[in-house]
Amino acid sequence: MGATVRVPAAKGPAVSELNAGDRGLGVNRAVDVLVVGAGPAGLAAAARLAAAGGGRYQVEVLEREQTAGGAPRHCAHGGFGAAGRGRPLDGPGFARRSVREAVKAGATVRTGVTATGWAGPLTLEVTAPTGLETLSARVVILATGARERPRSARLVPGTRPAGVLTTGELQHSVHLYGVRGERLGRRAVVIGAEPVSHHAVGALRRAGVDVVAIVTEQPRGPRRFGAVPPPPLLAGTRVTELLGRGRLAGVVVSGHDGRTGTIRCDTAVFTGDWIPDNELSRSGGVALDGGTKGPAVDGAYRTASAGVFAVGNVLRGVESAGAAAAEGRAAADAVLRHLAGGPWPGPGVPVVAEGPLRWVAPNRVTDGTGAGSLLVRARDPLVRPVVSVTQGDRLLRRELVEGTAWPHRSLRWAAGWVREVDPAGGPVTVTAGVAPWETPRERP
Amino acid sequence: MTKGRGGAGCRTAGTVTRTGALPDTSPPGAEYDVVVVGAGVVGCAVARELARHSPRVALVEASGDVGDGTSKANTAILHTGFDAVPGSLESRLVRDGQRRLAAYASETGIPVEPVGALLVAWDAEQSAALPRLADKAVRNGCRTTQILGPDELRAREPRLGPGALAALEVPGESIICPWTTTLAYATQAVASGVDLHLDCRVRRADPGSPHRLVTSRGALRARYVVNACGLHADTFDALFGRRDFTVTPRRGQLIVFDTFARGLVRHILLPVPTALGKGVLVAPTVYGNVMLGPTAEDLYDKAATGSTAEGLAALRAQGRRILPALLDEEVTAVYAGLRAATESDDYQVRAHPALRYVTVGGIRSTGLTASLGIAAHVVELLADSGLDLGAERPLAPVRMPNLGEAFPRPYRDAELVARDPEFGTIVCHCERVTRGEIRDALTSTIPPDSLDGLRRRTRARAGRCQGFSCGAAVRAMFEEAVPRWARR
Repeated sequence: MGATVRVPAAKGPAVSELNAGDRGLGVNRAVDVLVVGAGPAGLAAAARLAAAGGGRYQVEVLEREQTAGGAPRHCAHGGFGAAGRGRPLDGPGFARRSVREAVKAGATVRTGVTATGWAGPLTLEVTAPTGLETLSARVVILATGARERPRSARLVPGTRPAGVLTTGELQHSVHLYGVRGERLGRRAVVIGAEPVSHHAVGALRRAGVDVVAIVTEQPRGPRRFGAVPPPPLLAGTRVTELLGRGRLAGVVVSGHDGRTGTIRCDTAVFTGDWIPDNELSRSGGVALDGGTKGPAVDGAYRTASAGVFAVGNVLRGVESAGAAAAEGRAAADAVLRHLAGGPWPGPGVPVVAEGPLRWVAPNRVTDGTGAGSLLVRARDPLVRPVVSVTQGDRLLRRELVEGTAWPHRSLRWAAGWVREVDPAGGPVTVTAGVAPWETPRERP
Repeated sequence: MTKGRGGAGCRTAGTVTRTGALPDTSPPGAEYDVVVVGAGVVGCAVARELARHSPRVALVEASGDVGDGTSKANTAILHTGFDAVPGSLESRLVRDGQRRLAAYASETGIPVEPVGALLVAWDAEQSAALPRLADKAVRNGCRTTQILGPDELRAREPRLGPGALAALEVPGESIICPWTTTLAYATQAVASGVDLHLDCRVRRADPGSPHRLVTSRGALRARYVVNACGLHADTFDALFGRRDFTVTPRRGQLIVFDTFARGLVRHILLPVPTALGKGVLVAPTVYGNVMLGPTAEDLYDKAATGSTAEGLAALRAQGRRILPALLDEEVTAVYAGLRAATESDDYQVRAHPALRYVTVGGIRSTGLTASLGIAAHVVELLADSGLDLGAERPLAPVRMPNLGEAFPRPYRDAELVARDPEFGTIVCHCERVTRGEIRDALTSTIPPDSLDGLRRRTRARAGRCQGFSCGAAVRAMFEEAVPRWARR
C-alpha cells in the first residue's frame, strides 16, 4: 500500500506528493476544482472551467457510476435539444456530448469513483477501484443530482413484494441492461403525473409491458403521449395499499370522491416526487434549504460553505438537462471569479417560500451577484398566481406571473428584486396570493 | 452416508439443497439422527448447536432462505432480559442467550453496538413504574440499572420531545444485526456437517421409529424431530398429535428512518409498559438508521406481514412525541413482522421423550437474544430424551462479512481495496456496498435466492433510494450468478 501518485504537473499548480500510506488512506492529491457528479450540470461546469484561461485550472470530475453522463444516459427519448444541423438529441446522445465536451476542454472525468465523505472543508474522501484517495481542491462543486422517492418514503402501506420500483430503476433496467418482457413484468401501474411518469410509460412499453393505468393524486395526468394512445388515467386518486406475496398482485386505489378499487398488476412504478441526493452536501455541513432540501445557494450557486458550489438537480430535484447544464455554466463563471481571488460573500439572508409555494431556488441572497431568475414551485396547481416578495415589512415586488404553476413544474421568474434586498436584513419571503384554482382535497 | 460424521477434527461440510430429490433416508441406518424443522434464528441455532456433536442433522425450511420469517423482521435488539418475568424459562434463556450471543458476535463478526437503553417515562404513572421495573431487573440478574431525573435524561438525550419526566437506564441493552446472526448460525451449521434443505415444506408427518416427514420435495426419515416452526409451531405440533398451545400472530409494524436520523438518538428509547399498553420504541440500528415501532396487533392470518395506514399513522404520532426531529427525516423502509405469541406468557419449549420430539414454540419478541440459550436447552432436552450426542467436536470457524457502521466497511478498507479492486467499486451507493461484497455473498455457503436475500446479506438496495440508482445493476449481478431455477 501507500502508493505515491505523481500527477502530471503541466497543468495546475498545487500538486502534493504526500505518501498517504502513512494514514492507511491511499493517495493524497490536490486539484483546483473538484466536481462531484458527471451529469449535465457537473460536466457543463467542468467543461467551461477546464477551457478557461487556456487550461490554467486543473479540473477533475468524480462519477460514481461506471459511465459518465448522469440521468440522460438512461432517458431514451427526445427533448434534449438539438445536435449539429438540427438533428434532435436524445438523452444518451446528450450525455455523450456533455462528456465529450468536458474531456475535450481538458477536464479529467473519472468513473466508478465515489466521494464518500469529507476529510476537511474542501477535501473529499474517495473510494476508487485503484485505491482510497483524499482529494483536496480550491473549489468543490456539488452536482450529485436527485432521486425519486421510493414507495417506502411515500409511506404506501401493504406488503413488500417484488415488482415495485422507481422510474430510475425501470429506465436503467430497460435502457442500460436491456431487460424486456416478463423479466420485468406483464401488467404495470404507473403512479404519478410528472413528465417522468410519461417516460416511465415509454420505458414499460419499450420493454413490452402493458401499462394498465396511470394513478395520480393530481387533478390531471402527464401531458404529451405523442402518437401512442395514453394509458387509462385515474386522476384525483391515490394508491392506498400494495397487495401480493413474493410478486406484486395488485394495488388498491382510493379516489378523492370516496370510490375505491383494486387494480390487478404485477409491476408498480413510483414516478417523480424528486428529492435532492443531498447526502454528501449534508455530511459536509453544507447548509440546506428547508423547502428544496438541497444546498442553499445564492444567485452565483455559492453555498454557505466557503469554496463549495452546488449546481443542477441536487439543488431542488429535477429540471431539464438543459436547465441543469445552464446552471453549471453560470456557476463556472462564479467559480472563475472566486479562483481569481474574489471574496466569499457573508451569510446573507435566506429566501423562504411560504403559503401555496413549496420552494424557491436559488434561496439565498448575499452580495446580489448572478441573480438572473428564480425557480418557484407550488404545492398545488396555481393559475396566473400573483407572486409577492417581502423582506420584513418591505414589499420588494408583487407581480402577476403568466401561466400555471404545477406541483411538478417550476415557474421561472425574473429576479431583478434581488438587488433591492438588504443583505443585513431579515429573511426574504416569497408567497403567492391567489387561491388555488382547484383544490380537490385537503393535504394531510 | 458419512457426510458430516467424521471424527474429531475431521469434518465434512453438509450440503445445501434447494431443488430436486432429498437424500435417500429410507434404508435402515440412513435416516437423519435429528431433523430440525424451521430455519429461523431458533432452528438455525439448534442445528448449529447439534453440529458440535456427532449426530447426523438436517435443517429443513419451507422458504427458499434461512431467516425468512419472523427472524428477518424484528426490532434487532440484543436484550438483557431485565423486564422478563422473573423465574420464567424466557428469563433464564434470554440471560443465558444474551451472554452467549454477545461472545459469539465478537467471534464471528456479527455487528453489535452496546448503546444501552432508556425507558422513558412521560407521565406520573410511568414515572411511578420505574422503581418497580428497576426492582424486577435486579430479580432478573440485571443490577446496573439506574433511574435518571429529567435533567440528566435531557443531557443524555438532548433531542427528546418535551415532557419526558424520568428514565430507567439499562446499560447492557444492545443493537445487533439479526440477518447476520441467523446466517452465521446456518453457515456454521452447514460448514460443520448439517444438511440444509430449503424450499422444503413439511406437509405430513408419520411419527414412528424412525419418524417419516413427507415434504414438498419427498420423504425424510429421522430418529428425532425438533419443531422450530415459529408462527406455525402449533400446526406442526398437530402433525405429531400435540395440541399444547395456539400461536396467535402479533403484528409489529416498523418504520426505518434515514441514516441522518442516527445523530438524533444515542440509546435505545424503550417505552414504559403500563396497563394502557406497551407503547413503541425508538432505536438506532447497526446499519446507522433509526427505527420506530413496533405496533402490536393480534391477528389470525399468519401471513399478514403488510403495513397499514392506521399503523403507520399511529407510529408517526408516537414518534413525534418521543423524538420530534425524527419525523423530518426521510423514511428508508417500512416493514412488518409477526411475533409468535401464544396464550401463555412464557416460551413453550417441551420435550416429548417417548415421541423423540421437541417443540420450541411461543418464542416471541426475545427469540433473537435467547437463540443460543434456547439451542443449548433444546440439545439438553434431546439428550435427556435418549439422543446419543457422542463426543463434542469444535465447530468449523466462520467469519461473517461486516454490515455494521461501527466496524470497518470494505469500501473504506485501503488494504482490502488494494488487494481486490472489486472492493473499491461501490455498486449500492446509499449503503456503500461494493461489487466484492455482492460477489462474495452470491457465492457464499448459503447463497441468496432473491434480491431480498441478497439485501439481508450485503445491505445492497436497503438504502434511501431503494434501488433507484443501483437496482438494475444489483439485479444484473444477481441474475448472472444465480441460475433461474435457484431464484424465488
